[in-house]
Amino acid sequence: MQHGKYRFIVGFLAAPLALYALFVVWPFIQSIYYSFTDWTGLSPEFGMVGFDNYSRMLDDEVFWKSFQHSLTFAVVLPLVTVGLALFFAFMLNVGGRRRRGAAIAGVRGSSFYKIVYFFPQVLSIAIVALLFQFAYNPNSGAINSVLKGVGLGSVQPDWLGDPDLALICVMIVLVWSTVGFFVVLFSAGMASIPRDFYEAALLDGANRFTTFFKITLPLLWDTVQSGWIYMGILALGAESFAVVQIMTVGPSGGGPDYSTIVLPLYVYQKAFRDGQAAYATTIGVALLLVTLAFAAVVMKLGRRERLEF
Amino acid sequence: MKTTDTAPTGVETPGSPGGSGPVVTKATVATPRKRSKSEGATLNVFSHGVLIIWAIMVVMPLLWAVMTSFKTDKAIFTSPWALPDKLHFENWSRAWTEAHMSDYFLNTILVVGGSLFGTLLLGSMAAYVLARFDFPGNRFIYFLFIGGMSFPIILALVPLFYVMQNMALLNTLHGLILVYIAYSLPFTVFFLTAFFRTLPSSVAEAAFVDGASHTRTFFQVMLPMAKPGLISVGIFNFLGQWNQYLLPTVLNTEPEKKVLSQGLVQLAVSQGYKGDWSGLFAGLVMAMLPVLAAYIIFQRQVVAGLTAGAVK
Repeated sequence: MQHGKYRFIVGFLAAPLALYALFVVWPFIQSIYYSFTDWTGLSPEFGMVGFDNYSRMLDDEVFWKSFQHSLTFAVVLPLVTVGLALFFAFMLNVGGRRRRGAAIAGVRGSSFYKIVYFFPQVLSIAIVALLFQFAYNPNSGAINSVLKGVGLGSVQPDWLGDPDLALICVMIVLVWSTVGFFVVLFSAGMASIPRDFYEAALLDGANRFTTFFKITLPLLWDTVQSGWIYMGILALGAESFAVVQIMTVGPSGGGPDYSTIVLPLYVYQKAFRDGQAAYATTIGVALLLVTLAFAAVVMKLGRRERLEF
Repeated sequence: MKTTDTAPTGVETPGSPGGSGPVVTKATVATPRKRSKSEGATLNVFSHGVLIIWAIMVVMPLLWAVMTSFKTDKAIFTSPWALPDKLHFENWSRAWTEAHMSDYFLNTILVVGGSLFGTLLLGSMAAYVLARFDFPGNRFIYFLFIGGMSFPIILALVPLFYVMQNMALLNTLHGLILVYIAYSLPFTVFFLTAFFRTLPSSVAEAAFVDGASHTRTFFQVMLPMAKPGLISVGIFNFLGQWNQYLLPTVLNTEPEKKVLSQGLVQLAVSQGYKGDWSGLFAGLVMAMLPVLAAYIIFQRQVVAGLTAGAVK
């Protein structure tokens, strides 16, 4: 198969590689370079300033706020989402009434649950964010009127307008929109674990919770770990940008008193609102480092002997 | 490893589906069965309870939006959970025409149509070459593509904005298509490379021996064989591109060029001044329903397409 091989390879790779290099790789390299300049983005002239942007960043209070929020997202969101999803998936697969001849059984209607849980995954995060912005509305939103309906008329939080609550409200929306995906993912993994493992464990007197921690979780570990990383990258990146930018308007975006600002939104504001493109790329580099550190930590902590079955 | 050891064959036979029959089952495992029977019933009620609560939490906001889209503005504010007094379809027509939902739909269809085709074509070409040919730099190019999956896109967007500006691609639909393709390539190449590796090489060799060129072998033999993979990754990219918010927000800011997701956000801001909330809800539901309907119809394929990448 040597005839014309290299001509073919070049011909097939040229277009995708050129497009990818121009719109993805080159901007990435440029942005690291720009973080050492005083480029405004508005005029083509700029000069090198060394580490000035970086030292400015370390003294920037808003940067530290968004850093702290993004870090919270990366730690809390995977924990809650993956935890809830594992719980639901286990209920779906093991929570059913036992049938004859099977040690464990899925609940009746498990495919119905899976269909419903997956709904938010197919919707745009922008639509989800808008929807919840209205649900959180303190005067006429769905949530506060439910509270009124059950006799909690005195408890009418300002939700997104309250600096103490806004960040939690935003995180709930991200959990709501992603749990279903992981339920379906983990559920598929659990279904492929041979039933005899559970039977043997139950015969030995183990209860369901022991079987979860001793059988299900270890055998599902690879999937859980990649789900963890996937969720963390999502919580640090575009998804958190969308919910915060859409839901918490505030005078400057990012919630009352910057209470919900996250790193990607701060990059966006600096570059496209304040005309500080170079400084924006510096914050972007910080976000890149956080993302890589997150992935490295999860891989390191999650390293286990791989179980084959 | 250790788990397999705890399942000796003697225990395995009675309970397993392929075992020797119900009579033996009852006799041998009577004691543990009985004890856990009541446990099973409680667990069943508990798990149904928990699962139903979450199902309600998922569905309620969506139903609430549908309901609200048929109400008058006054009813939305005074009684958010009450049923509409009658179905106010005029909200929907107002959203479709006056609020430019029709334009947003058209723009989205054009952009997603173009970029989906481009993504699948370019992605499969690159993946095929990377999966089946040995050449210097193969691994480097592969990891260059894969690396794009874990990098925060926002970092590249600042310079990209100016790259697009210099090439006069900013605020154009074809510019957006090119960017969508470029940012969809990492996952597409990753997924399809793995897929092409699983295909048997004998068919391609036979076609080649019969005198087909590499290009012809690819388009007439390999691509048809890769159809299941193309469908999976196609659904993944379709949803990702249809729902895309970050890229158009930065690169496509002209009002009449907006795509669905950013158009709705724009609508929310402008309707906030006009006070036309019912129209906005109609727009939201209008954007939501086609995707949900398509998901319910192609449920199996969509789930397979979206989870395929994470399992690999």
